[in-house]
Amino acid sequence: MSTSETEYLKGKASEDYKHGFYTDIETEKAPKGLTEDVVRYISHRKDEPEWLLNWRLKAFRHVRDRIDSGETIDWAHLDYEAPKFDEISYFSAPKDKASYDSLDDVPDEILETFERLGIPLEEQKALTGVAVDAVMDSVSVATTFKEKLKEKGVIFKSFGEAARDHPEIVREYMGTVVPYTDNLYAALNSAVFSDGSFVYVPEGVTCPMELSTYFRINEAGTGQFERTLIVAEPGAYVSYLEGCTAPMRKENQLHAAVVELIAHEDAEIKYSTIQNWYPGDPDTGEGGVYNLVTKRGLCKGDNSKISWTQLETGSAVTQKYPSVILAGDDSVGEFYSVAFTKGHQQADTGTKMQHIGKNTKSTIISKGISADVADNSYRGQVKVSKNADNARNFSQCDSMLLGPDCGAHTYPYIESNNPTAQIEHEATTSKVGDDQMFYCHQRGLGEEEALKLIVNGFCQEVLQELPMEFAVEAKELLDIELEGSVG
Amino acid sequence: MALLEIENLHVGVEGEDIHILKGVDLTLDTGDLHAIMGPNGSGKSTLASVIAGREEYEVLDGEIRYDGDDLLELEPEERAEEGIFLAFQYPVELPGVSMTNFLKEAVNAVREARGQDELSSAEFLQQMRERADMMGLDADLTKRSVNEGFSGGEKKRNEIFQLAMLEPRLAILDETDSGLDIDALKNVADGVNKLRDEDRGFLVITHYERILQYIVPDRIHVMMDGKVVRSGDKDLAQQLEEHGYEWIREEAAAAAA
Ligand SMILES: Nc1ncnc2c1ncn2[C@@H]1O[C@H](COP(=O)(O)OP(=O)(O)OP(=O)(O)O)[C@@H](O)[C@H]1O
Ligand SMILES: [Mg+2]
Repeated sequence: MSTSETEYLKGKASEDYKHGFYTDIETEKAPKGLTEDVVRYISHRKDEPEWLLNWRLKAFRHVRDRIDSGETIDWAHLDYEAPKFDEISYFSAPKDKASYDSLDDVPDEILETFERLGIPLEEQKALTGVAVDAVMDSVSVATTFKEKLKEKGVIFKSFGEAARDHPEIVREYMGTVVPYTDNLYAALNSAVFSDGSFVYVPEGVTCPMELSTYFRINEAGTGQFERTLIVAEPGAYVSYLEGCTAPMRKENQLHAAVVELIAHEDAEIKYSTIQNWYPGDPDTGEGGVYNLVTKRGLCKGDNSKISWTQLETGSAVTQKYPSVILAGDDSVGEFYSVAFTKGHQQADTGTKMQHIGKNTKSTIISKGISADVADNSYRGQVKVSKNADNARNFSQCDSMLLGPDCGAHTYPYIESNNPTAQIEHEATTSKVGDDQMFYCHQRGLGEEEALKLIVNGFCQEVLQELPMEFAVEAKELLDIELEGSVG
Repeated sequence: MALLEIENLHVGVEGEDIHILKGVDLTLDTGDLHAIMGPNGSGKSTLASVIAGREEYEVLDGEIRYDGDDLLELEPEERAEEGIFLAFQYPVELPGVSMTNFLKEAVNAVREARGQDELSSAEFLQQMRERADMMGLDADLTKRSVNEGFSGGEKKRNEIFQLAMLEPRLAILDETDSGLDIDALKNVADGVNKLRDEDRGFLVITHYERILQYIVPDRIHVMMDGKVVRSGDKDLAQQLEEHGYEWIREEAAAAAA
């Protein structure tokens, strides 16, 4: 990266910092509640083309019906109060002016976490070589490295901008992998989505840098509804990183994002996530983020590849199943996941691998760690269609329990309609052994150091899939998470 | 000077009515190497574990002094920092934990306790290479996860490699020779001999007289039923090799009667 780019990023980072993480940014909010007016207001505020407004309205009518019919999602191993959809404000935008005296309000432990993770002030150091598209509240405030990407023809912008600048591409793909009817939260997102990222990599192009977005949820009571769309044309390659932190808040915050990936022939998309949103009060679980996300990729062309890697440590409730539809012959889907829950956190996460093309291959590696009274479930589906000759899947789901009161569950669903399919599933549940701890102690490592090593080791297979820039941060994050869980 | 003094040590299993060590007495001077022999189940590993501070055991009576100070007060990691090293009879696997990370943390913990600076990455890697070579450990093993999938002999070599890295003052080898091939045995013996000096002490637990031909002990103790029932010089090993333990058992019984 050139010096000027670095300088630019530094400037951006300190700008963000001065804005504070959530308070005192004068925001204009939509009135609470989910109405047609609100949807029109959002679309208007974002200066959207008519076709997009109409798209939203269709989704709105659909989701309104589902909400009015009292639909809830109750099949997951989760216990939380369903969001009150009519008490949420669906849009807020930060204004230009900011005041700078608000950091005092942020609890020290969160500031320390930011500092230790190097976010956002130190962001650039940790992520040198990474383009940052910071989403603050609902509007993208910074998109960088555009020029460099432009040279290669890579489009990387906020979803809103993309809808204005490249309507033909957005229209062609939006909603094709996750239709607005997919599930309640995807439907909600489709009606009121705020912003998010759009990536388009042209044929034969390898994106010259890792693309990264930081999402932050800022405004109390404001749900955030990102929408991300990534399209890789034949032979293209892109690696996209998404990382999140959120400050402490009292009310539950709903986060219902939609991510759609499309990989054409010989294309590869690598999507990595680090999620450490506010998990709520450790003793009561109150106030944490509800992270209810729909992520799905389509391996559309032959020999295409999509791989999801995630490190989920935050949120009060996490429910997400990044999935791959393996439509192209010889296409490959991968899911690597670490989910860490402690305090009162609950996670129900996993993946769905849908084999449609011939010789398709999927790999699932899931590591769940629970401490305190947290609950952690893996839920995964492997589905092989009739014509998917020689489909292969390997799944490995390991759970680690760090105490007597936490829970780990595994729900694998396998549906094979082709006799040539090879499906392998392995699952283990373990505790950190006394003999392992003693072995570490005997080499001079204290309780916490030993636990960190062992847990990091447990997650190694997944962490090594993260891009270098993120791997260090990921390890640090796990260490921080573990510090409270020893004993 | 006495490095390790064990007096009338009685040990049971925490929370259970099991009495394993029943009055062990043993003194090891700095610069000395003692061998501990004895039949299966006589309490050799238990003694080693208690010296290292394993919490599953409860000291019922007696004391252990290390460098003149009460050892039993210290946590296991503090004992390691003070220079106590145990080469495990059954080394533990740490899946996914790289040897390099593990050892680096261990070496630095110990160095810090000794008031030494942390090693730089380059120095550390250099030292790893040297010591692996010295102990005949395949350098590829240092790139893997700690003991994961190591063969029995590789695990034993790895223990000795770690010993060399950590440069302890009191090293306890619990049947490190079992399962080693002849070449490895010589390697280990050479390594131990190189590390022997007047500031260090060794306790070598073994079933075989063979290793004691390479590492000549200053004394040999025989444990039976939780006690040291006989101590002697290096010739004792030869006697045991020829006659087994029965005669000692009889002698001990006669003395008790
Ligand atoms: N945690 C424990 N719980 C119950 N019994 C134990 C425990 N640890 C050791 N023992 C018992 O104490 C006795 C001594 O065991 P120890 O492992 O010290 O023997 P050893 O002399 O090292 O034997 P070997 O030569 O076979 O290694 C054995 O009978 C063993 O079963
Ligand atoms: Mg033993």
